[in-house]
Amino acid sequence: MLARTVLRRSVPSRGIASLNKRASSSAAGSESASSPFHLTITASVATAIALGSATYLYGQEAKAMTPAEEGLHATQYPWEHGKWNKTFDHQALRRGFQVYREVCASCHSLTRVPWRSFVGVTHTVDEMKAFAEENEYDTEPNDQGQIEKRPGKLSDYIPAPYPNEEAARFANGGALPPDLSLIVKGRHGGCNYIFSLLTGYPDEPPAGATVQEGMNFNPYFPGTAIAMARVLFDGVVEYEDGTPATTSQMAKDVVEFLNWAAEPEMDDRKKMGFKAITLLTGLFALSVWVKRYKWSPIKTRKIVYSPPVSRR
Amino acid sequence: MAGAFAASIYQTLIRRNAVYLTSIFAGAFAFEVAFDTSTNKLWDTWNRGRQWKDIKYQYINKAEEEDDE
Repeated sequence: MLARTVLRRSVPSRGIASLNKRASSSAAGSESASSPFHLTITASVATAIALGSATYLYGQEAKAMTPAEEGLHATQYPWEHGKWNKTFDHQALRRGFQVYREVCASCHSLTRVPWRSFVGVTHTVDEMKAFAEENEYDTEPNDQGQIEKRPGKLSDYIPAPYPNEEAARFANGGALPPDLSLIVKGRHGGCNYIFSLLTGYPDEPPAGATVQEGMNFNPYFPGTAIAMARVLFDGVVEYEDGTPATTSQMAKDVVEFLNWAAEPEMDDRKKMGFKAITLLTGLFALSVWVKRYKWSPIKTRKIVYSPPVSRR
Repeated sequence: MAGAFAASIYQTLIRRNAVYLTSIFAGAFAFEVAFDTSTNKLWDTWNRGRQWKDIKYQYINKAEEEDDE
């Protein structure tokens, strides 16, 4: 700051002289180039072209893929369990687990979900123990180093249908059925996408669409060619609670079940969030009141200037 | 009126530090219980028929019946 003021003070003598010179020269120039109109029009056209091309280049959405490669966007469904104050419908979770067990589990694993996590959510302890005992698991090596088989316990995880990825690919024509534990979180569109995919198989591919041998057409799958065939048909499972097992009912149930598998904490999370927001709203109102209380003397004081009485 | 009320609160709760602290802890405990009970009740009303506790009677009764047979 100091330097600048010093500079300004020292400059004037030369500054004024140069200013005078420049003023005189520019006046002479404007007289000689009396028609700058072509310059104005050139500059305007150049600006318009620059702005136009910039809008054209940056303004439109970039698409790296064709719509077919992108896949049809899933329909938005009003999921009841998606609302902020709703839990999962646990009867639907139970039905969805039945659909998973009887339909999906022949190809898709659910390796991150243990049997115990169903207890007190969809099934009783005894039901889950019976399910777990149907499967065999490796034991710890015994004193001869042999690994034996034992029936499953509640703490075991749901076994995968294939021992490894290669076996899964070999059994499915080179395609790997993804693990379904986190599939709702792992796909754009979540529940909507999976529901649309499961129910979106047309009876036959539309005219002009080419489907490779061993593939199936599904408009919601990116690339439209999916190795999984349609699996949900009316009456494919028989629900124990008497719900009609239509395609859309089964798809809805299994999607809600997979949503639970991906975020089993959702019920408690929403409940705690509701409680926390309620409490914090009260505390916030209290803090506003305290602030106003503490500031009231300062806000309501009046500052009066009484000028000194002048002596005459 | 308000002054008398505030004065009585001061005399009974705030005057002695031991009583003051005890009343704060007891008040926090009572509020916690009341708040949890009321919010849980509201939550269960919103989600009537959706939670495991609403449907488990079907399966627990069924298991007992099977044992009887």
